[in-house]
This record gives sequence, C-alpha cells and structure tokens, in this order.
Amino acid sequence: MDDILRILEQDARTPPERIAEMTGRSIEDVREAIVTAERDGIILSYRSQVNWDALGRGDVHAIIEVRVAPQREVGFDSVATRIARFPEVRSMHLVSGDYDLAVQVTGESIYAISNFVASKLAVLDAVQGTVTHFILKRYKEDGSLFESEDDSPRRLPVSM
Amino acid sequence: MTNSTRQDTSAPPPSRGMRKDTQEVSKGRRRIAQRVEDIPPSGIRKFFDLIAGQEGIISLGVGEPDFVTPWHIREAAIDSLERGHTHYTSNYGTPELRKELSAYLERLYGARFDPQSELLITVGVSEALDLALRATLDPGDEVITGDPCYVAYFPVVHMAGGSLITAPTTMEDEFRLRASEVEKLITPRTRALLINNPSNPTGTVLDRATTEELSEMAARHDLLIIADEIYDRLVYSPDEPFTSFASLTGRSDQTLVLGGFSKSYAMTGWRVGYAAGPSDIISAMMKVHQYTMMSAPTAAQAAALEALRNGDRDVDEMREAYDQRRRLLVEGLRRIGLPCVEPRGAFYAFPSIMPTGMSSEDFAERLLMEEGVAVVPGSAFGPSGEGFVRCCYAASVDDIEEALTRMGRFVEKHSQAR
Repeated sequence: MDDILRILEQDARTPPERIAEMTGRSIEDVREAIVTAERDGIILSYRSQVNWDALGRGDVHAIIEVRVAPQREVGFDSVATRIARFPEVRSMHLVSGDYDLAVQVTGESIYAISNFVASKLAVLDAVQGTVTHFILKRYKEDGSLFESEDDSPRRLPVSM
Repeated sequence: MTNSTRQDTSAPPPSRGMRKDTQEVSKGRRRIAQRVEDIPPSGIRKFFDLIAGQEGIISLGVGEPDFVTPWHIREAAIDSLERGHTHYTSNYGTPELRKELSAYLERLYGARFDPQSELLITVGVSEALDLALRATLDPGDEVITGDPCYVAYFPVVHMAGGSLITAPTTMEDEFRLRASEVEKLITPRTRALLINNPSNPTGTVLDRATTEELSEMAARHDLLIIADEIYDRLVYSPDEPFTSFASLTGRSDQTLVLGGFSKSYAMTGWRVGYAAGPSDIISAMMKVHQYTMMSAPTAAQAAALEALRNGDRDVDEMREAYDQRRRLLVEGLRRIGLPCVEPRGAFYAFPSIMPTGMSSEDFAERLLMEEGVAVVPGSAFGPSGEGFVRCCYAASVDDIEEALTRMGRFVEKHSQAR
C-alpha cells in the first residue's frame, strides 16, 4: 500500500492502470487500496499546487506565532481547532518553544491579514498574544521549490 | 548503410591473434599505436552521432541514472571545497572513506576488508577495472567473460595486453554465465574471469548457486575473479537478496570486487569507485594508480563518504522508482510483441527483436529514424547480443509510456510488412 501512496504523492493524476503495472498488482487491488485510503483519511485530498506568484497576483502570506492558555480537560485542542477552522489558515501546528501554535495564513492583502489577526484571532479568550511575520519570498512549499533548479538531467542521449 | 554489423561492434568475437596492420607505415613513423588502432569504433558512439541534431528524441539508450545526486551528498562536496580541501589525498583514498567503505561492505555483505591494505578508491569503477587488468595481465593472457558483455570490456582488456574470450549466454537461460561454458574456454593462458553482476546490458543477476559454482570453478583452476558489481544496489528481487562475490564464505584470495557510487547514488559525473580484494593485488593496482592518477578527486571522495554514511534512504527511494519503471517497460515490451526476460538488476531491459526479422542494428537505426526512439543494438555488446536491443528504464514514466507507444507502432508496422 505504501508504494501506491508514494506514487500518488508524487503525481496524484497517475491512473490506477499505470499504478498497477508499476507495482505489479492487479488494477482491482489498486482501486480498492485507493478507495480504502480515501475512506480512512489516509489520502486527504488531491489537488494542484499552483504558483500564483508566477501570474503576478500572488496572495499575501504570513506566519503567526500564537501563545495560548491551555484549557482544563482539552489542553490546546479546543482553541486550536477553533483557529484551524478559519479558511484564512492554510496550515497550523502545535510547536515546542517560546510560543504554542505556528499558524500560516493567506489573505488578499496585508490589510486582510491584519484584520484577521485583530478581529478574529487576538480576540479569542484563550489567545494570550500573537506575533505576525509577513512572508517576503517563498522558496519551497510542501517539497516543491518555487524557482526550481534546472533539474532536467543533462545526460548524454546515448552512453555505455 | 552497411550491412556489416560485426565491424561496428565494440565487442568483437574472441580476439586471439586479431593484430592487423591498418596503417600506412611506409611514409614515416607510426602515429597511432597498433593496440589502439585495433579497437573498432564504438557501436554506441555511432548512435550518438545519429541522434545529434534530431529533435523530439526519446532516449532509452542511456547508461546512467536520470536522478540528480541527492542534495546532502552534493552539499558535502561543497562543504569540502569551502574548507579548502583541494589537495591530493592518500593514493589509496582518504582514510575516512576507506574506513567507512570497509564498514559498509561488512554491513551489506558480511565481508571484511582491511581499510589499510585491501581497499583502493579509484576514479570510477572504470579505472578500477583498468587497474585490475593492468596489474594482473601479462601480454597474451586471457580473460573470460560472458557474451553479451559491457562494451568497455574488450578494449580495456586489449589495452592491458590481454585477450578477451567470451562465453556465450542465451535468453533461454536468462543470460546467465555458466561455469560449464567458462570451463570449456580455459587454456594455460587464462588468467581471470571477469563477471559483470548485475549485468549491463541484460539486467541479469546471478543467483547464489551460480555465483558459488563460478567461484569454486575459478578456485579449482587458480583463476582470478574480477567481479564488476557496479549495479549491486539496484537489484529487484526481495525474495533473493544480491549475492556479492565478496559475500561468499571461504572467498578465495583470488577474488577482486569492483564497485562504485555512480549507479547506486546517482553519481556518474563524480567519478568515484573502488576495488576491494587481496592486499597484494590492491597494492599492485595502487602502484599503477599512483603514477597515472595520483588519487580520486578530493571533493568527490567527500561526497562519497556522505553517500555511505547517510545515503541508504536515497538508494531505497531510487530503487523503488526504478523497479516501478522496470515493470512498466518490461510489461509494455511484452505487450507490443517483443519477448523479454525479467531483468532483475541494473536498469536495462534486453528484449528480443526477432519477431521483426531485423538485425539489432537495423532495428535500432530504423526505430530512431522512423519513431525517434533511441535504443542500443544488442550486437554492440557482442555476438550473442544480436537479435536484441538494450532499453534503459532510468527514464521518466511518461517517456517510457511514449517510447512504448512509438515502439508498438514500429513493431506492428514491420511485423505486418513481413
């Protein structure tokens, strides 16, 4: 199953027929493994990684350090889930160190992000403080380089 | 277009007494040495020239990984340069690299090689092979190998003053080199048995029993085994792990194992390889190496050290990717009507093109001209390679699929025409 997942992680559009040949499994087995993985939340979604910056209309991104007070019984989870549900939040992690939640947000403008922080995030009871870092340039995201090095191998067309 | 396929192969039939005068010597002194003149033009080189300038070619004719060297390995070389490690190293290679290599060979194959005296770091496995032959062959000595074989075997043996004698192998027997076939060719001049395992061009991996038989037979006849195991990490049979000649219990003191980093770690351009074997042979090889090469490139040795220390995961990932493309290519070749034995190692498939009735060279040339797909004619690897072509699956999945579509069209067209 891991091999199927790794192929899809590389290229989500790989058809089951091809995966079957690549892994030496039957098409039915591959289809079933994919359905199971989708059902069990192992495959979360299939989508394209779009480099909007290349079109010159990139959104604004920021990383926000959030300090929160953990709550009895539920710890960080309750407030974390509340924050994570905002569509502006692209990814979010509970981290060790000086602050608790590392929140990555996206907005149309700096104004939109400051508005989100001021009116949605900082006002939550459990939130004790925030530090917002606007992203100036993105180099790599989810394993993809933005300005990729010339990775097309310069191989001789025929060699020994 | 000539139809004299044999002349253009780089591994011509057994070369006993092949000396022939090809130069005008009457008008002054000889310019090019006879032993270099003796080497026929490379069958691969010819295809290189044909491809040059053509657009939209899909090449399955390469002999190297399509991956770029993993970043942490490249970074280690950059670090080495930044620290100013720009001098010669010990002729044997850096002590750190030899120590790590010794541990690596023990971990992989349970084989012990003393880093001080039984390992030599070379400029690619190609240099290791050249040194091994130059250190052990006297003029007229014979070296036996399987046919088809790696294209460089004939020229390097010849340049070392020896003769390459080839034992035929067949598709029916999965191109395995058999001790019984080798034994028929042994003469008082036979010095060594040269075995490329896994094999370029066939992808054959010798099973343990065959490896042991060859080893015992060589010991019986007091022959040196030169095991060229450059593809050792690219073996795709989980139920039967690779049997290195280094791993055989009671390995004779006449076993020399050659390996390198090019294929396992996608490091062809770095030129680092090694030889592992008995100290007297390693020391003789070092003697040649110290005067001709001094030492392998220092930054490349730093990269190789990083590869050995932290590269296992890269090897696993690349091997899985090759394995997937291997299945794709082999299944695809069979589907379009080209019989193909299951290649268990390296990154080559060696399908039969006999259903088309063409010679290997004809097939490769017309496939290139008509469909823009480059493969290497099997005849370039020796007479037993006639009727086959070498297809490399170190190519992207999309390229393999497209190459198969084009080859399918080509095979159908030419099978119908017959």
